[in-house]
Amino acid sequence: MIEIKSLVKVYEDGVNAGVRAVSDISFTVEAGRFYTLLGPSGCGKTTTLRCIAGLEKANEGEIIVAGKKVFSAKDGSFVPAYRRPIGMVFQSYAIWPHMSVFENVAFPLRVGKERVSNADVRKKVGAALAQVELTGYEDRMATQLSGGQQQRLALARALVREPQVLLLDEPLSNLDAKLRERMRFELRELQRRLRITTLYVTHDQIEALSMSNVIAVMNAGVIVQEGAPRDVYLQPKTKFVANFIGSTNQMIGEVARLESNCTALVRTDEGEISCGILEGLAPGSKVVVVVRPESVNLHQHPPAHGANVIEGKIGAAMFLGEYVDCTVELGKNVLQTHQRYTLQVRRGDPVWVELPAGECMALPAE
Amino acid sequence: MATATIAHPRRVGFTWDPALVIPLAGAGILVYLAVLPLLMLLIGSFQAEVAPREFVYTLKNYQAAYASEYTYSTFVNSLIFASGSATLSFALGTMLAWLTERTNTPLRGIFVPLAVVPLILPGVLESIAWIFLLSPKFGYLNVWLMSLFGLQSPPFNVFSLPGMIWVHSVGQVPLAFLLMVAAFKSMDPSLEESAMTSGANTWQTFKRVTLRLLMPTAGSVLLILFVRTLESFEAPALIGIPARIYVYTSEIYLAFNDYPPDYGRGGALAVGLLLLSAVGVWLYTRATKEGKKFQTVTGKAFRPRQFDLGGWRWVGFGFLTGYFLFVVLLPFLVLFWASFLPFFATPSLDALNKLSLDNYRYLGSFRPFWDAMKNSIILATLTATVAMTLTSLVAWIVYKSRLPGSWILDFLAFVPITIPGIVMGMSLILLYVAFPIPIYGTIWVLLIAYVTRYIPYGMRSASGSILQIHGELEEAAAASGASWWETFKRVTLPLLRPGLVAGWIYIYIVSFREFSTSVLLATGESRVLSILLFTMFEQGQVTVVAAIGVLMIATLLAVVALFYKLTGRVGIQT
Repeated sequence: MIEIKSLVKVYEDGVNAGVRAVSDISFTVEAGRFYTLLGPSGCGKTTTLRCIAGLEKANEGEIIVAGKKVFSAKDGSFVPAYRRPIGMVFQSYAIWPHMSVFENVAFPLRVGKERVSNADVRKKVGAALAQVELTGYEDRMATQLSGGQQQRLALARALVREPQVLLLDEPLSNLDAKLRERMRFELRELQRRLRITTLYVTHDQIEALSMSNVIAVMNAGVIVQEGAPRDVYLQPKTKFVANFIGSTNQMIGEVARLESNCTALVRTDEGEISCGILEGLAPGSKVVVVVRPESVNLHQHPPAHGANVIEGKIGAAMFLGEYVDCTVELGKNVLQTHQRYTLQVRRGDPVWVELPAGECMALPAE
Repeated sequence: MATATIAHPRRVGFTWDPALVIPLAGAGILVYLAVLPLLMLLIGSFQAEVAPREFVYTLKNYQAAYASEYTYSTFVNSLIFASGSATLSFALGTMLAWLTERTNTPLRGIFVPLAVVPLILPGVLESIAWIFLLSPKFGYLNVWLMSLFGLQSPPFNVFSLPGMIWVHSVGQVPLAFLLMVAAFKSMDPSLEESAMTSGANTWQTFKRVTLRLLMPTAGSVLLILFVRTLESFEAPALIGIPARIYVYTSEIYLAFNDYPPDYGRGGALAVGLLLLSAVGVWLYTRATKEGKKFQTVTGKAFRPRQFDLGGWRWVGFGFLTGYFLFVVLLPFLVLFWASFLPFFATPSLDALNKLSLDNYRYLGSFRPFWDAMKNSIILATLTATVAMTLTSLVAWIVYKSRLPGSWILDFLAFVPITIPGIVMGMSLILLYVAFPIPIYGTIWVLLIAYVTRYIPYGMRSASGSILQIHGELEEAAAASGASWWETFKRVTLPLLRPGLVAGWIYIYIVSFREFSTSVLLATGESRVLSILLFTMFEQGQVTVVAAIGVLMIATLLAVVALFYKLTGRVGIQT
């Protein structure tokens, strides 16, 4: 539905060589899928989205939306934003303050190429507002709505002309935490119900993990890893991805030997650890072993059996309600772990940590 | 513990400190400057004769002012002059702002500083330059067009209402331009982008979103241009009076120039003009507050979207070039040219042979010129210094001290913006003509007038920079044991400096070119440059006037160069 081929966007400041905001990226969003570009600010995700919308003109590459070539550097073709079959929600919502709620939603129908009769406008606006549960607000001025309502209004406006593709630019970042959580859920439900192809841009890993079919993690203008939320979370391919999504423990080591093409023994300061390994890493390679805090099992007595068991002492234990954030001091490393709230320990207590081999991953050190 | 010696960290200025006498004195001065003259004006307008032993109430001044045979024509002329100039300068200023800020017109960048160049051309000179160009008898453009097309009569007559409107508008375009640039700059581009992603093309986006969002701002800009025209006296004096087209400002001036001066009638007219202007300013502040609700101005600076004009961008380029050649450059050129002529003549080979430095040589030994130059420089320097000192104190009291009732000071410091220059002149005459200290007729009464008029400008610079200083910076000084005065001197003032310097130079420029207040107050030895230009032009020494104008512009250019050097940008003042 959306196809991006070798897209490059350079921002010229007229003096220097220019900043490569997007540096040769390619990806495909299948019809009906929820695809998320996730990355820190300045990674090029919003620029990519704006190129697809037609608000920026890329320097190189090709963009195909709904089977139609909307941009190609090769033949110089460029379809302006208003001729692309898109609906877009902006970070600031961009609700027009001089129009009522109804007029805001009706706008895309009124400016479009084909004339829509007044009766149809009323019907479609009504349906769009019903979808976002804003029925009854038609005559309000748009600025009288609350933040969450404005956000839904922006969504209704993006959907009203039934676009092929929905583009969302950090739409939830201006909402407070509780509202964000609810909107996350509603947005996902709406997308699944309408089966509309959606490209979502965010820096929030929870939004990305909870809503997407596919996540592409971006950094410095390139896609570092693409995959289903579960895969990206559990099998990060680089240190950057492991760090950016969720929190991780890292232990430096060296590959001792490969046990299969995706498992290995890694020599670390705390002894040998058996773990998963990224393909292509040979014995002797410098690696980091990453493991999530919630993967670490804690034993107050030496366990009878089990691999990757290391002895240590409790560093600090913080009660956070849902869980206890408990650090464990090993020989040279300190592990952060999340334990059940029932855990009762004191600083200095001897403990044994168990790192499940299936949840440890050896990644290239650099 | 160390904190024991500090006892309670106090709010700066909240407790009584002997140094508080200073801000309170500043407040007192403000009341004296802003309120007393208006009170005198009001009393004077109901008074039977000027400065009598006792007050005799009468309405005859108002009768003379508003029930004469001229009342209707003055009203209509003022209305046409003000609305015509507001519309024309708004249209030109908006066009310039849009082309330079929001389109891909070629070379638009260099036109931005050029658009504000006319600010250094004093209004009196602007009028004189356009008389040189458009006078039906000898105006260059008329003479050329007549010979070029073999016309029987001159195509333009500057001595008419359209002439006045044109000359005043041209001088006011920079203000309209700066205000509209600010409006364009503060517009959230995603409001337009979301229209485009909704399927609206360039023209639909411009018409249905951009234009509509600009409407509240445009309304208030039009209003301020209207009020400023109503208050102006340059074009009404130099063009209106010879053409017998009278507006309120010229009526006031003529009442003053009657034999004997009719201060009562002038005062009554001034009260009317003051009310008009006050209503305008009130509507303006209301409109700008309403505008904030509209949320297009969020205080955030955006990089606005550029409209692709396609082939039309060359039309835009043509417009900009034409504007700068004919509207900005031509007045300067004609003044420059005329300043080398023994008498006014159209450019020709014959005239070229007559070019000389005689006018400048003449000025070298012309005492009144040097006196006026000295007065203008002294006044501009003192006005800027006094006004900025006063307003930084007042702004500090208003925004930092949180003394009870400090909003009154804020209001008082805003009052002078509603006082038209000529009304200020009239009020000060009524106040000082019988004042115990004989300052009437000296430059000191001019200083008082200028300082009062430019307090609002000073307030804007000073409060802008004061609001940027975080309160804790001062509280830290107080917590370190610094007195109020020590804090102000060592912390507040150094932080304020850049803003104050910019304000100082702006006030210097407007004081240097001031005309409408000076025309009533500057007499004999207190004459300033703009008044010297006016009287000498009336006497017909037009080429010497051009030479004075060139020297005046040169002086201002030097100050503007300093302005750019110190601040690196153009400030916006209304």
